[in-house]
Amino acid sequence: MGRQRPIRNSSDGDIMSELKGTGQQTADAPTPEDAFHEAAALNAREETSKSSGRHGDPVLAADGTPLKRSLSRALRRQKLRALALIAPLLIFVLFSFIIPIGSMLFRSVENSFVEQTLPLTVAELKNWDAESGELPDEALYRAFVTDMVAAVEAKEHTKLGTRLNYEQTGLSSLFRQTGRKVKRLDPETDGPFKEKLIDIDEDWGDVQTWRTIKTHSVKITNGYFLNAVDMRRTPEGAVAQPENKRILIKLFMRTLFMSLVITTSCILLGYPVAWILANLPSRSANMLMILVLLPFWTSLLVRTSAWKVMLQQQGVINDVLVWLGIVPDDARLVLINNQLGTIIAMTHILLPFMILPMYSVMQTIQPTYLRAAKSMGATNWTAFWRVYFPQSVPGIGAGSILVFILSIGYYITPEIVGGTKGVFISNRIAYHISSSLNWGLAAALGTILLAVVLILYWAYDKIVGIDNVKLG
Amino acid sequence: MKPTKLLIASSVLALAAGAVAAEDMTIVSWGGAYSKSQQKAYHEPYTAKTGINIINDDSSNEAVAKLRAMNEAGNVTWDVVDVVAADAMRLCDEGLAMEIDPDTQLAPAPDGTPASEDFGDLLVSDCFIPQIVYSTTFGYRTDLVGDTPPDDICDVFDLEAYPGKRALEKRPINNMEWALLCDGVAKADVYDVLETPEGQDQALAKLDTIKDSVVWWSAGADTPQLLADGEVVMGSTYNGRLFSLIVEQKQPVAMLWDAQVFDLDGWIIPAGLSEERKKRALDYIYFATDTQRLADQAQYISYGPARHSSAPLVGKHAELGIDMAPHMPTDPANATNTFLYNYEFWADYRDDIDAKFQAWLAQ
Repeated sequence: MGRQRPIRNSSDGDIMSELKGTGQQTADAPTPEDAFHEAAALNAREETSKSSGRHGDPVLAADGTPLKRSLSRALRRQKLRALALIAPLLIFVLFSFIIPIGSMLFRSVENSFVEQTLPLTVAELKNWDAESGELPDEALYRAFVTDMVAAVEAKEHTKLGTRLNYEQTGLSSLFRQTGRKVKRLDPETDGPFKEKLIDIDEDWGDVQTWRTIKTHSVKITNGYFLNAVDMRRTPEGAVAQPENKRILIKLFMRTLFMSLVITTSCILLGYPVAWILANLPSRSANMLMILVLLPFWTSLLVRTSAWKVMLQQQGVINDVLVWLGIVPDDARLVLINNQLGTIIAMTHILLPFMILPMYSVMQTIQPTYLRAAKSMGATNWTAFWRVYFPQSVPGIGAGSILVFILSIGYYITPEIVGGTKGVFISNRIAYHISSSLNWGLAAALGTILLAVVLILYWAYDKIVGIDNVKLG
Repeated sequence: MKPTKLLIASSVLALAAGAVAAEDMTIVSWGGAYSKSQQKAYHEPYTAKTGINIINDDSSNEAVAKLRAMNEAGNVTWDVVDVVAADAMRLCDEGLAMEIDPDTQLAPAPDGTPASEDFGDLLVSDCFIPQIVYSTTFGYRTDLVGDTPPDDICDVFDLEAYPGKRALEKRPINNMEWALLCDGVAKADVYDVLETPEGQDQALAKLDTIKDSVVWWSAGADTPQLLADGEVVMGSTYNGRLFSLIVEQKQPVAMLWDAQVFDLDGWIIPAGLSEERKKRALDYIYFATDTQRLADQAQYISYGPARHSSAPLVGKHAELGIDMAPHMPTDPANATNTFLYNYEFWADYRDDIDAKFQAWLAQ
């Protein structure tokens, strides 16, 4: 990936200063100089045609059309052909990736279901003052019964109960049970309903129930995002969750922290391996390469479960340590079902993603540079640190981005070996997708995770520069 | 030569049969020994009777989310789905499962008792056709508990008498109830106490006393593995898993039936099937949940049949030839002190208590 800053058609000085600003250039990278020369040559050509060409007389092609037009037509055709070639991929990505993800993310704010199911009630609730502490009047109860009878008919009321139960515990059964009884009422003739509803369930005489419905009847809500950062939506605005329910921010922090630790340990373990691979004769390097790739061909679950056998207290590592007398039998090490377990297993699983880009970058580093440095009196360390290491940085960058972003979204390995302290935010997202069915909250968590990754990527670009990332 | 010919012949036959019958039916279940028992007791006889080919899909643990996604996409590919009762209730609430009338759509007992009476209280949701009663209970290592094996649920919380790790499920359901029971709350009051924030704190405080000695599991196979490796002294899991660990794999493990929590597993038919597929699914359900079929399943796995009329028909294990009745959670000797999963309560409190439970776990 070469540097691709826009080359402005301006004076040389500008471009040169930009060139200087880019820091070290690796030897083999396509440098901006090529582009610069091309641009300069083009400039010069334009200049000469402007000064010496026949003004007003367009150059004509063989068929008599102006050269410029026929050229642009040919180019357009080329562009169309290129577009047609990438069209299958583009359409595939659009339909299988961008649209589904977009619609999933939209769920994090979408909340029209409440108003769709209880249209009359929501309209009436607009006139009711949630702060007054008084129950709504008969008109609202009548509207509610009308809505409920229709909802029971369409079997939507239990769904609504599930939705509102995320916000106030108990509403799920309230709607289910009320639905059974309310369908016997006729909204036209059976009024007044206030007494009757409170008779069906006393919770309809609780101001809090109506406040919850009112608060969550907006079409576009920030409620899920507030929940995702341990807050909740109330009539008075955003309020922090009670202490004993706060967990998500902690999990976000832990996910970031542990991903960093995993990335760092991958760098530390992967760098020497990549160096050996790059410097061995290709025959033995290929053999070793197979060992690096071998884990790729084994199922993720098998690898994770193997770590369980290795690390548990009655496992292989502890048994060996006890047998060697290093660890007493009654104080075996706890290596799994905690953060350590997650870090060990995930470092192992993600290591190839670090080694491969490092290896391909290191292969391109000329050994002559090191020899030259040494011949001029550099010690081994200086030669490595001042000459070799800076050239291998793009590989570290590429590997780090891969490993970090992969680990931030990891789910199955932390679930199996993470115990309680080694799980990630993805485990919560999975819970809300498959168990609690609170897809709105899951989408909000996912959106935040995506935003965090993009911000980190942007910060990485600002600090290190994304052009310093190379896959080979 | 011969095998090849046979192969070709049989595939041609299969193709021909496929072209004639062309009826496939996708049934979703839990996989493993459980699906095997259904294959033997239900699927094979049904295929023999009707010629309909049954495709097994082991997706039950994510059935609710997948069914919701299929329903939104307007393309439900499953015909019959095996889920636990709590999930069936949620699917029914969400309008994702079809309502069933037990008396017209399910087989009556051999003596003519209508299905609604034969299943009785176990019909916990309008969409749910119960199949088995299973229980979540404890197993312990007989060689690691000394001379006085545990016989009380509160022994799980007794670290002095039974030191070592315990395996508990990584969710509040069941654990909160057991904690309250062992903290002096009467069995009848457990859910009243658990409704209050103070009661929830009380249960978590009790669990806190053993928190450092707990290995939390999330898959049913975890506890058997942990017990077999001697990684834990005792652990909770589904009774059928412990049965296979003890009887089939002959591990030094025994059952602690005290305060076992009964739960139900059964079928639902997804909403939104075409008339033809719905008819076929109902026909399968009618066949597979009759008295004899439910009793047959108990030959392969130690879960109790959900019909009253099936209980006397439970016989011996199909391969081991041992009597199955003593291994059933519903056997009187095992069921002296039991607990029934409270579906209404957990439908309401699941999200709230789970958030607190997870926050407590992460501390």
